[in-house]
Amino acid sequence: MSRNLFLVCAAGLGLLISSAAPLAAQGQSATRVGSMTGDAEAGRQQYRRYCIGCHGPAGDGNGENAMWIDPKPRDFTAATFKCRSTPTGTLPTDEDLYHAVSRGFVTTNMPSWEPLPRQTRVDLVAYIKTFSARWKTQGSGTPITVPPETPSSIESILHGRELFQKMECWKCHGPAGHGDGPSASTLTDSKDNPIRPYNFAAGVARFKCGATNQDLYRIFMTGVDGTPMPSFADNIQPNDAWDLVHFLRTLQPLETPEAAVWQAWLPAHASELKPIGPGEGGQ
Amino acid sequence: MRTTSLVSLVLLAGAATTMGATFGSKPAAGSIAGTVTFTGTPPKMRPIDMSKEPSCASQHATPVMTETVVTGAGNTVENVVVYISAGDQPSPAPTTPARYDQKGCQYLPHVAVFQAGQPLEIYNDDQTSHNIHPLATVNAEWNKSQPPGTPPIKASYDKPEFIAVKCNVHPWMHGYFAVLGTSHFAVTGGDGKFSISGLAPGKYTVTAWHEKFGTATQEVTVAAGEAAANFVFKALPY
Repeated sequence: MSRNLFLVCAAGLGLLISSAAPLAAQGQSATRVGSMTGDAEAGRQQYRRYCIGCHGPAGDGNGENAMWIDPKPRDFTAATFKCRSTPTGTLPTDEDLYHAVSRGFVTTNMPSWEPLPRQTRVDLVAYIKTFSARWKTQGSGTPITVPPETPSSIESILHGRELFQKMECWKCHGPAGHGDGPSASTLTDSKDNPIRPYNFAAGVARFKCGATNQDLYRIFMTGVDGTPMPSFADNIQPNDAWDLVHFLRTLQPLETPEAAVWQAWLPAHASELKPIGPGEGGQ
Repeated sequence: MRTTSLVSLVLLAGAATTMGATFGSKPAAGSIAGTVTFTGTPPKMRPIDMSKEPSCASQHATPVMTETVVTGAGNTVENVVVYISAGDQPSPAPTTPARYDQKGCQYLPHVAVFQAGQPLEIYNDDQTSHNIHPLATVNAEWNKSQPPGTPPIKASYDKPEFIAVKCNVHPWMHGYFAVLGTSHFAVTGGDGKFSISGLAPGKYTVTAWHEKFGTATQEVTVAAGEAAANFVFKALPY
């Protein structure tokens, strides 16, 4: 116990702790982010202060605030996580969880916990991993390889547009990415709560799983587990995936390099585009 | 189990009677056979509107009906998985893949039964993209897209579990993976009948599972020949 108190104090001072966490002895693999090692016991105390209200004492997402919240707080006992660098069906890396805690989830009640010391966030990750036995029986998945980004040319954007049609992204996300496709109104998450597909035109132009092109690449290549969004890793080749990223960027009200290329090309060529939707559109 | 216990279960008393037949000089391997029926009022099968997916709607001359509860003449229940849940000799999982098809925006079969550790291959026979989303809770949950003409998705599950399967693009598509820890199982057809063969003489626990009605178990003693085990689910309309 005195050791744990020491760890909490050390965390408060922002010191880096490199010794193994106490839970490592119980079969839990050590939680590491960069050079930091998480201490689940220290995390437990921080969890009771910052997380318990929504995620609940049992970590099942049934905290006292949960009934007022949509989307619902994450159920850590299910160990199904939306934002991963790892393939669908696998556990995220410690870094994935650390980034999720730090970044927060835009458009949800989960704030960014960036103000907490880094060591505290790593301790929280270590504690979150104690809620499911899956962390003991299987390790994190192997992160997918994200190759260097290809140039965001008009050819790349147009090919991405073809993929948006061919992969039937529009069935949920809508022909213009407004989240209004024919299946959109029927979607539920894995706990049967209604869920909306991402609206690319919404004023908040960030994604739940990050804001960069690399984040966008990972979102559709790993899927958003626990939601209707599947993984496309089996169906989209890496360079083609960059084309889809470039097209998706043109759907957002953002000043991105892709949007600039698209807007420069579009006025003279709009009539050449087939509308996206049922049949052979979008080619 | 996702299915809530909307219904209570009634086991047919005295079902574990042995038939005790012996064929030829060698005692034949034992089996357990019976019929699954219901009492009460089950949910109705309702027509599915596939008009949002014309390539699927055109494959069906008449509307496809929901398969949550499929009943037959004589109050029989289809798609019930009957399996040995205790007393069985462990058998290694077969290496032959179980097959699950998406055809006409339906899952064929509605309930795919296979063993933990057995390979599973999922095919898309349609001209539309499906996403295959097995809502596992004991095993890992995953969700993969499968456009038309792509190779089968290969998977397997380590632990026994009844896993609801859905396609989020086509919300009427519902099916199940019944991942079992035994090679001794059967699925009822439209006549509600099942037969589990290849059983050594002994005492077994037999479980019947249905996606809406839940589970029922009974103890059955198998001698040489066929032992009887009938199951009756008590159905409520909702």
